[in-house]
Amino acid sequence: MRVYLDFEKPIAELENSIRELERTAEGGNVNVADELTRLRAKAEAMIRTVYGKLEPWQKTQVARHQDRPHFEDYIGGLIEEFVALAGDRGFADDTAIVGGLGRLRGRSVMVIGHEKGRGTEGRIKHNFGMARPEGYRKAIRLMRMADRFRVPVVTFIDTPGAYPGVDAEARGQAEAIARAIDCCLDIKVPLVAAVVGEGGSGGAIAIGAADRVLMLEHAIYSVASPEACASILWHASDKAPDAAEALKVTAADLLRLGVIDEIVPEPLGGAHRAAEDTVRSVGDAVGRHLDQLAGQDPNALREQRRRKFLDMGRGI
Amino acid sequence: MNWLTNTVLPKIRALGAKKEVKDNLWTKCPACAQMVFQRDLDAAQRVCPHCGHHMRLGAKARLEMLFDDAQWTRVPVPDVPMDPLKFRDSKRYSDRMKEARARSESPDAMTVGLGRIGGHPAVVTVQDFAFMGGSMGLAVGEAFVTAALKAVSERCPLVVVTASGGARMQEGILSLMQMPRSTVAVQRLREAGLPYIVVLTDPTTGGVTASYAMLGDIHIAEPGALIGFAGPRVIEQTIRETLPQGFQRAEYLLEHGMLDMVVHRHRLKEALARLIGLLTVREQVQAVAEIDIPEAAPTAN
Repeated sequence: MRVYLDFEKPIAELENSIRELERTAEGGNVNVADELTRLRAKAEAMIRTVYGKLEPWQKTQVARHQDRPHFEDYIGGLIEEFVALAGDRGFADDTAIVGGLGRLRGRSVMVIGHEKGRGTEGRIKHNFGMARPEGYRKAIRLMRMADRFRVPVVTFIDTPGAYPGVDAEARGQAEAIARAIDCCLDIKVPLVAAVVGEGGSGGAIAIGAADRVLMLEHAIYSVASPEACASILWHASDKAPDAAEALKVTAADLLRLGVIDEIVPEPLGGAHRAAEDTVRSVGDAVGRHLDQLAGQDPNALREQRRRKFLDMGRGI
Repeated sequence: MNWLTNTVLPKIRALGAKKEVKDNLWTKCPACAQMVFQRDLDAAQRVCPHCGHHMRLGAKARLEMLFDDAQWTRVPVPDVPMDPLKFRDSKRYSDRMKEARARSESPDAMTVGLGRIGGHPAVVTVQDFAFMGGSMGLAVGEAFVTAALKAVSERCPLVVVTASGGARMQEGILSLMQMPRSTVAVQRLREAGLPYIVVLTDPTTGGVTASYAMLGDIHIAEPGALIGFAGPRVIEQTIRETLPQGFQRAEYLLEHGMLDMVVHRHRLKEALARLIGLLTVREQVQAVAEIDIPEAAPTAN
């Protein structure tokens, strides 16, 4: 059963009529082929119209869509010989961040990403993709290992943010994030990051200070969630759509501001309608950037990455 | 909106605000609620003489307090783009900035000074909570980078005094990008072999804590300072229970291994002077610096 977002209502109505008609056709010998073709064309045109002018708040909902491909789908679709690596060697294994070694288009890579989990059980297990300090510390451990063995790092960003809890604070949430950013900017192997869903604040940048930052067309990336921003500045969480607009969270905005390097187009109607195609497009883009970064002098590569962040925002 | 409402009104309001402070000879301690004579409070570096509560301190007073003979020179910070997102909530960000600037001696929430601490040259950069909650946007990032690169070019330590609610919402993603940006500045110091000391004051939260405030060689906090990533209100809303006593206070962080020490404001300068002295072994600094000069050279100015 397809899950429709509020603004997809007209699309839902058309697609429901199509399904109904298909069922009718199965039962008897009524010829509905012409009508079906007409309705399908209409639905496609409708999707094109709706998705052609998504507002920031609508994109926020698309970015959080439950059927949107998750990190595990990217692993499944892109990474061969995947070996998951667990634990921060200090406290625990945090499954809000998953990582491991594998091959992307033949090249050995270290992949690290947020996993939000699916279904109630899965979401709880992965804590909705909100990492605790041990998650960031695991990411640091894996990045350092990759650096030592000259293996490029690819990260997939999809998190509402770092977990705001007592235990996380007690174990140094802020320090863990700071060290993870420090690590991203310290390693001398290529680092490519892809914002594939929600790029939530410090929890996102912790694994996102990369040589190349790619972003899916309908993903969002923000200093705070629109809800949090609305409650801080408007003192009303129902102002989230206004906050999403003001914060400039869309891929197009971020490309204009020089924060990301490339937008990866999504299939018509968003990644949740064609997960496999989306995963492939992201894989193509990541692979292309890894090719470009391969063979660069390690010191020069790191200095370029540092310079990029040092200069960010200056030329706006 | 015209120049009258944009420029003149905020200035008039600010005048009113300033006068109020001047007229107010007594301050009520937010911790023990006792009234303190303003002059006594200033003489005590805004530490309550009754209960020892450390009240917030402005950038200028902080710099005077830390540098020898209260002598320091301001390190100029390059201008940054104003209101890059054209942000507006219930008010325009540009109007909020005008008001904040009219009330402050500084153009933004961080002031950089160069002077001596215990005879050692040092750069001290101070965040002022009074300026839009010490929030970190392009200007604070620029000030921090400037301070770090100044320390590298002067071959002296950097001390940062933090006070911030976190990232400046009104500059959106560009505020978030100050986290990696300031981190690169810390790396420049580290590779030049120069000490980086963080003094965390009340309150230090959000993106500031999760970047340069937690990357020091040495972490010092003032007693009772609130320090954390998520603010206590956000945590309470998430877990729906009351937080433990003393949670996210300096003493709690010390106990949890995030700080080296909690130091009373009256002994802060002395502690800094001693640490800088112990970390400044002349031959060592030069040897490390020589190796790393190509990478450590300031690149951004």
